[in-house]
Amino acid sequence: MIANNLPALLVVLPLLGAPLCLLFGRSRLAWLIATLIGWLGLAISVALLLRVRDGSVLHYAFGGWAAPWGIEYVVDPLAAFVLVTVSLIGALVLPYAWRSIEREIEPEQQALFFPLLLLCLAGLLGIVITGDAFNLFVFLEISSLSAYALISLGRDRRALMASYQYLIMGTIGATFLIIGVGLLYSLTGTLNMADIAERILPLTAKNTLRTAYAFITVGLALKLAMFPLHLWLPNAYAYAPSAVSAFLVATATKVALYAMIRFIYSVFGVEFTVAQMHEDWLLIPFAAAGVLIASIVAVFQHDIKRMLAYSSVAQISYMLLGIGMFSVAGLTASLIHFLNHALIKGALFFALGAVFYRIASTDIDAMAGIARQMPWTMAAFVLGGLSLMGVPPTVGFISKWYLILAAIDKGWWLLVMLVLASSLISVIYIWRVIEAAYFKERPAAAPSVREAPLALLIPTWLLVAANLYFGVDAAHTAGLAGEIAVRLMETP
Amino acid sequence: MALLVYYNYYVVFFLMMAGFYMVIARGNLIKKIVGLNIFQNSVFLLYISMGKVSGGTAPILLAEGGHYSNPLPHVLILTAIVVGIATTALGLALVVRIKEAYGSVEEDEIYAQDKDA
Repeated sequence: MIANNLPALLVVLPLLGAPLCLLFGRSRLAWLIATLIGWLGLAISVALLLRVRDGSVLHYAFGGWAAPWGIEYVVDPLAAFVLVTVSLIGALVLPYAWRSIEREIEPEQQALFFPLLLLCLAGLLGIVITGDAFNLFVFLEISSLSAYALISLGRDRRALMASYQYLIMGTIGATFLIIGVGLLYSLTGTLNMADIAERILPLTAKNTLRTAYAFITVGLALKLAMFPLHLWLPNAYAYAPSAVSAFLVATATKVALYAMIRFIYSVFGVEFTVAQMHEDWLLIPFAAAGVLIASIVAVFQHDIKRMLAYSSVAQISYMLLGIGMFSVAGLTASLIHFLNHALIKGALFFALGAVFYRIASTDIDAMAGIARQMPWTMAAFVLGGLSLMGVPPTVGFISKWYLILAAIDKGWWLLVMLVLASSLISVIYIWRVIEAAYFKERPAAAPSVREAPLALLIPTWLLVAANLYFGVDAAHTAGLAGEIAVRLMETP
Repeated sequence: MALLVYYNYYVVFFLMMAGFYMVIARGNLIKKIVGLNIFQNSVFLLYISMGKVSGGTAPILLAEGGHYSNPLPHVLILTAIVVGIATTALGLALVVRIKEAYGSVEEDEIYAQDKDA
């Protein structure tokens, strides 16, 4: 009974857990419930991944209504892979958050944190697992609305403006998405993604289809912060509480990216998107510009959180490059980076959160000389930074390796050089932090600091260990990503 | 005549662009949210117009061969209206807190304050 309903439970558990947590307010119990649900979610995702590992597809008719009429949940290897990524970060953020939010959220607002995080998690998991285009919009809004509220919990008043800006841009993106879905519905009379994909095959010459495609792509590009629609991202992630930044940076944009892959590859089909809409001409130039410009802007940031946020825009552009190549190799690179970027940025933001816990700032000047007092925290940051640059044996190296192989495969040497150049720029901005933390003297007037508490260090080091483990043993992740890429390219 | 057939859609896209323009062009945070509302509501009209079958009635229990409108887009829009209300409420709540923190709801004044700080 439970085994058959796993896909539904994955979404329903956090959705029910959210109001339950709210009842318990700011108590240990609320945290325990949230953490338990987070780890249950991870267990369910892993169970689902193991079940579809052989390439089978799991269909779950919600409420027993058969597919084209009712809402259907579909777990295929791609969905299961993203589900594991999202719930892994969720499971690690929740234990980390207990101590982290003590310092970063006003006491009277702390009770809101766990319900909002669970709602956001439910929304993100829902986007990944659903097979219904309108249901995807609803889940997108559940996750986005809770993300706006989470960001506004930041203590800095600029968090409010950042959240407001994100709300405006995010709502425009989501509304574009429903315009597109509505046009698709008027054309095909169905909302089931697999059904739409079948029915649009004879309709590819219709202007309505092209318009729907344009609205959906632009809407999702806004949500995933594709350069130059990324303007909401740096402020939102810089002023949000660290636990929130770590969670959103590792999951939210990636899930929007997943939705884009779903629409481009599975719903509209490669035939239509490349031959008719020339999607590669849209993605490659913007992604290439994003890789370079966002990396350069990151070098000039004073606030390290903001620096990492800009670096995320560059990393998202890497994934878009892979998607835009429309080849098995490119897609493989992109999918590996899904998981790897979550691990890298998760570790870096966790380490920064630990720094903030002690010195109440993530400004580069305030971090001068803290490595002597906080050796474990800064060591985690350095390892995460090495992974971001792409130094072997970390996961960052695996991602870059596959992306460069894919570019060489296409014969795009300029792109290869661009990726290498952006890696070099990331060396510069990570080095700035290392220089400040390790080689500068702590100012005499600065208060003394101690190592961060274990409750923050353990999740951080778990992520760092994952960075190293999947960097050495990449056979599983690369093998899975490769299989998914082959399947996606095969779908008509 | 052909123009009048698509009358609803002209209204929809006029409202959509008017709302969208308001979101981009206005510096007042409340006016932006009003614009966002108009933008979203135009999409509701789009869905409702496309579900209407001319001459059709509401899809309640009908005699044989009844002629009714497609209820699905209308139901979808009920959901979308709820989402829209939630967004507006959250947006306005943020504006209240921005007003408390900055004493203003004008975008340029707020950015000027942060620049000085």
